[in-house]
Amino acid sequence: MEKNDKSMITKAIGHVSFVMRKCLFGILSIGPVPAHIAFIMDGNRRYAKRHALHQDSTNPGSGHRVGFKCLISTLQYCYEMGVKYVTVYAFSIDNFKRDPQEVQSLMDLMKEKIDELLTEDSVLKKFDARINFWGDLQLLSEPVRLTAKKAMDMTVHNKGPVLSVCVAYTSTNEITHAIEASVREKQENAPIEVSDLDRNMYTAGCLEPDIIIRTSGETRLSNFLLWQSDFAHLQNPNPLWPEFSLRHLVWAVLEYQNVHGYLKKRKGEIEKNK
Amino acid sequence: MIEASVIASPILGVVFCLLHVIVSLVHTWSHLVHQIQCLIISSGLLSKYQNINLNRLRHLAVVIDSEDAKNKSKVHQLLCWLSDIGVKYVILYDIEGVMKKSDKAYEKSSANPSETKCMDFAPNMPLIFDMFGMTVEIISYTDGKEAVAKGANYLCSNYLKNQDDTLNKLGPKFTEPDISSALKAVGHDGPEPDLLLVYGPARCHLGFPAWRLRYTEIVHMGPLSSMKLSAVVKVLYDFSKKHQNYGK
Repeated sequence: MEKNDKSMITKAIGHVSFVMRKCLFGILSIGPVPAHIAFIMDGNRRYAKRHALHQDSTNPGSGHRVGFKCLISTLQYCYEMGVKYVTVYAFSIDNFKRDPQEVQSLMDLMKEKIDELLTEDSVLKKFDARINFWGDLQLLSEPVRLTAKKAMDMTVHNKGPVLSVCVAYTSTNEITHAIEASVREKQENAPIEVSDLDRNMYTAGCLEPDIIIRTSGETRLSNFLLWQSDFAHLQNPNPLWPEFSLRHLVWAVLEYQNVHGYLKKRKGEIEKNK
Repeated sequence: MIEASVIASPILGVVFCLLHVIVSLVHTWSHLVHQIQCLIISSGLLSKYQNINLNRLRHLAVVIDSEDAKNKSKVHQLLCWLSDIGVKYVILYDIEGVMKKSDKAYEKSSANPSETKCMDFAPNMPLIFDMFGMTVEIISYTDGKEAVAKGANYLCSNYLKNQDDTLNKLGPKFTEPDISSALKAVGHDGPEPDLLLVYGPARCHLGFPAWRLRYTEIVHMGPLSSMKLSAVVKVLYDFSKKHQNYGK
């Protein structure tokens, strides 16, 4: 009986939270809502250290597990708000330099979480979302690569918002890959144009990000979406990634709304001159 | 139902405006705190800001909104400050190339024009000159993606010339050093800045060459019209204390 009461209360709180969020997002949508938000999910390891999670040699991924929970809730809020594209920087090519045990733990976690995202009660299913994996996927271990491919195949026809996960990714690697593909295509004397490179980026077909958020207060992009970020509003809130919550997301959108007119004007001027 | 939405819309509108008033108040407070910090720095009370270690700052970039960049005296003032602080290499960027067209103004207004050596203006190429012992490189939007396209064409023509080569039969395969070499060959091989200052209304790099931004710390300085030497000093000091993992 007590368990039933508790679950009813939890459900009721969930409903009330949902209604309040709907009101809040309704208010925000009076101004421009970003179509694409990208996240550099920085701070998982520091969070684990700070909160003395079991970040030891037997479980180097504990901070990342908490970070994944934050990703799910952030995705939910973004999709409820009407954000069509969410991109996350899950694993950089540079991250392969980390301790092999940590890298393996991250690969295992990634496989586990991709499988979780494909279950019936996941946020992707709820919103009929599509998932992309961008990066040099050949660098991933086979189980992870196959799981990622399975996830992309299963969701390719979904009509809802899009989650793009950058894994084994760097921007310079992406640009190199786009140049290779453009050279491969070129047969006649026509020169390679910027539009050819755009078309061969992993991100082709996706809108450029309106906001790029790096948590933990760090100010660099660390080789993430450098080609696509010409007119993105770069934000670096202080909270560590597992601490990033609804209020930080709302604040990010309000900040974006403040500068949207300026960025739209600058972008329009460049596109007019092309 | 119609009456409910008629009542709700203005209320939502008021709440929306209230949220943005809160944002403005927070910005005003941050600006005030920043002004006080700048005042303390410029008073010379804190010795740590007097001798900043610039060993890690090999190259500094400054992105300036093109409207702000038309204020040549402000840009020149900024260059003088950076030179006095001891910065050795500055990359100036504005999206429209306003500063490229103004380079002669920096030459004429320097104390000793013979200390500045300018190349002729070419809109699609970087402009590099010396000013007060500091190298100044001026670039614009055309030095970004279009430069990478030029590099791609350079690699493509080399690839097609060597198509009989066994390796090439497997298809083009380039590495990041190949791209860097190609950019050098087409005259766009500028260094990666360690730190990038953005002068304008928003923290946005406005198309700064992507190939050069991998690990650059990006700091928003506000409008050029209200630039302060102490603000620049603070940013350089904070940078000197930064630590990067480079992915590790």
